[in-house]
Amino acid sequence: MLNEFMSYLGSNVTPGGANNQLWALIYVLIIFAGVSVAVMAMNWFERKALAHFQIRLGPMRVGPHGLLQPIADALKLMLKEDIIPQEADQFVFWIAPVIGLLAAFTVYTVIPFGPSQAVSDMNIGILFMLGVSSLGVLGIVVAGWASNSHYPLIGALRSSAQMVSYEIAMGLAVVSAILMTSFNASGTGTLSMIGIVRSQQQQGIWFIFKFFPLGLVAFVNFVVAMIAETNRAPFDMAEAESELTAGYHTEYSGLRWSLFMLSEYAAMIAVSSIAVTLWLGGWLRPFPNLLHAPGWDFVFSLFPGLTFLGLAAIAFIGVARMPAHFSFKIQRIGLAAFAAILGFIALLLLLIAVAGRSSSSDTSIAARFREGIDYVYWFVLKVALFMYLFIWLRATWPRYRFDQLMRIGWKVLLPITLGVLVLTAIVGVIVS
Amino acid sequence: MSDQTVRDKSDVSSQALSRVESSHHDHSHLHLEAPEKPYLDSNELIINMGPQHPATHGVLRVILKLDGEKVLGTECVIGYLHRGVEKIGENRTYTMFNPYVDRMDYVAAVSNGLGYCEAVEKLMNVEAPARAKYIRVILTELNRIASHQLWLGTHALDIGAMTPLFYTFRDREEILKIFEKYCGARLTTHAFRIGGCQYETYAGFEKEVKNFLTFVAPKIDEYEELLTTNRIWLERTKNVGVISGDDCVALGVTGPVLRASGVKWDLRKAQPYAAYSEFDFEIPTGENGDTYDRYLVRMAEMRQSLRIIEQAVNGIPEGPIMGKVPKVIKPPVGEIYHSIEAPKGELGYFIVSDGSTQPYRLRVRPPSFVNLQALDVMVRGLLVADVIAVIGTLDIVLGEVDR
Repeated sequence: MLNEFMSYLGSNVTPGGANNQLWALIYVLIIFAGVSVAVMAMNWFERKALAHFQIRLGPMRVGPHGLLQPIADALKLMLKEDIIPQEADQFVFWIAPVIGLLAAFTVYTVIPFGPSQAVSDMNIGILFMLGVSSLGVLGIVVAGWASNSHYPLIGALRSSAQMVSYEIAMGLAVVSAILMTSFNASGTGTLSMIGIVRSQQQQGIWFIFKFFPLGLVAFVNFVVAMIAETNRAPFDMAEAESELTAGYHTEYSGLRWSLFMLSEYAAMIAVSSIAVTLWLGGWLRPFPNLLHAPGWDFVFSLFPGLTFLGLAAIAFIGVARMPAHFSFKIQRIGLAAFAAILGFIALLLLLIAVAGRSSSSDTSIAARFREGIDYVYWFVLKVALFMYLFIWLRATWPRYRFDQLMRIGWKVLLPITLGVLVLTAIVGVIVS
Repeated sequence: MSDQTVRDKSDVSSQALSRVESSHHDHSHLHLEAPEKPYLDSNELIINMGPQHPATHGVLRVILKLDGEKVLGTECVIGYLHRGVEKIGENRTYTMFNPYVDRMDYVAAVSNGLGYCEAVEKLMNVEAPARAKYIRVILTELNRIASHQLWLGTHALDIGAMTPLFYTFRDREEILKIFEKYCGARLTTHAFRIGGCQYETYAGFEKEVKNFLTFVAPKIDEYEELLTTNRIWLERTKNVGVISGDDCVALGVTGPVLRASGVKWDLRKAQPYAAYSEFDFEIPTGENGDTYDRYLVRMAEMRQSLRIIEQAVNGIPEGPIMGKVPKVIKPPVGEIYHSIEAPKGELGYFIVSDGSTQPYRLRVRPPSFVNLQALDVMVRGLLVADVIAVIGTLDIVLGEVDR
């Protein structure tokens, strides 16, 4: 076992590629924990950001600036009574959130956080992702059906119709990105997630800018479709609170409800990573063409540390701005500790960046570590921007009506993505 | 719940709905679409929206008959908030009943009080002094803005835009602060007395009202910025819940809903009360009678209210605030109907006096109650989501519907 553990170190393929089950398991655990933490962080950030959009403060009571609110919420949901309606189909009611959760989390096996920072590099990666993520709709339909109640049923039907229709536009947009991977010397494309990012690296352009504006249009279409696919505002038909109380999960409560929430947010992160991988160069840092001198590599590798330093500074400012009253003492200490942890991480990252600076000896542990951190950092940063987009849209826009949503899916997105696909093929053949 | 009870319930609602339909045969011009099939043989879905539903503005219960998402018919079930206000009125003296009217349309309590006080004054043949009338106009128009702000916030929330709600509540707060300083209460103000006002304006009242005017005008632009040209807002409100001016008149619908259908009818102009004849303002009207026009009309009304308040504050006369009314109010035998333009429409009071200290009969004509009738006409053939939008655009307050 130790042998298996050691043999992978220094390898530059994914654990799946190296056929190393132990490391694959470790990666799976890291990703599972990471995504769960990300969902909690997202939960806090969404409430805070939404509150500030709406001139409120948001959570302020549990922990400094409500930092412990997601933990308190999770605890509360776990301790709640587990209600299964008498008229519901017990087994199906029980299994529905699990299906959703499985679908949302299985996708992460192929998401490349870096060239070797993925559980596995499947050669049909993107196909696998689309396939598995569309299983999520099964959980929703089943939940609505098993609840044996009108509102959940309508919610489930709405959302299944919505997800199925938008998947087509989404798939076509994805195909046009895959098509772009094939415009190289050998003329062969790839479906592998890592391969797609690599081909952006080789072609020296992120696909969002390729064949301008074709890549951009495909990207925008994908973003619209992915918001609809994850049932988020302004397409949150399925759980339109003002119409259907809570849509398909009206009858759910406690832990089961929180599983739905977890899978919804996990799915949001998953589709955002698809967008990042296909159009925004995945783990690649920005401006690789303009600023490619070795010195720039070092500058960009400072970003992770600087980001954490910035977060620490914000937290320290928060400490300084807290009222001096003694009842805030615990909160002040807590936030200061949080800031100190962030600052410590920042120092660590900066240290690694400086230690891994020597570009000549690429094989040194510090250099490899630094590289890995860079990859994951840029990937996560890009995904985080999408998360902010989700919140922004939710705060700004009213909700579409169901028939309008379907009209956009079939009459607007589908023709545009089809046209972009055809044009991409034509332009690609002409250019290459 | 057993199958038996389920069937019973749907039977009850189907009877209720067929009642609605048969009553509609009398007004064939209002009859939009009649489902031909009998109930239990079809796949229609009957769902209960409310009384505990996030978007029915309180305790309205709407029984919806749906074909998929299409609305085939509705039946409003009201009375969950019934407190017997009219009956209470018959058992209280005229003065004692005054605070009760605030509890009807609790988001426009000042308007309710104005209508009641003026009705009793008319019955007693007294008139409030000029200064009192001006104070009444200022507070009533402030209340109209507050009511419209609350309507806008909840209406936008129903359509899915969360943020305007908080903006409107932030600005409504300034109005409530003025009320609180004037009479000590924010919501159920009991601001006026029969014969005038009890309280003189507080020091700095005029300045504060003027400050509010300059404060709120750009805020109204801010709401409009979020919604008026928003593509989704347009799609959700244009051609939704269309009602013609004739239908409005036939159903007795008044207020912004009527004006949005192109009928220029505003009691402030048509039969001026308080001091309204002295002010210069316009009656905004719409053309299509859809949800979007109603939105525009109410937004324009807020601006007109600002104009009225500005003129009133600048021209407020000095003098007494209480007319010559006896300590014990005993109107002569007779009856009176007096109505005012409340934010939601025509608010009328019909009072029959037998010469005693208590009304023999007191009847309120609440705008929300009458306007709610139009719901069925407006939503037939639309989708579930539109029902919510139309309930929002009718701007009902269940306290007033049920009384």
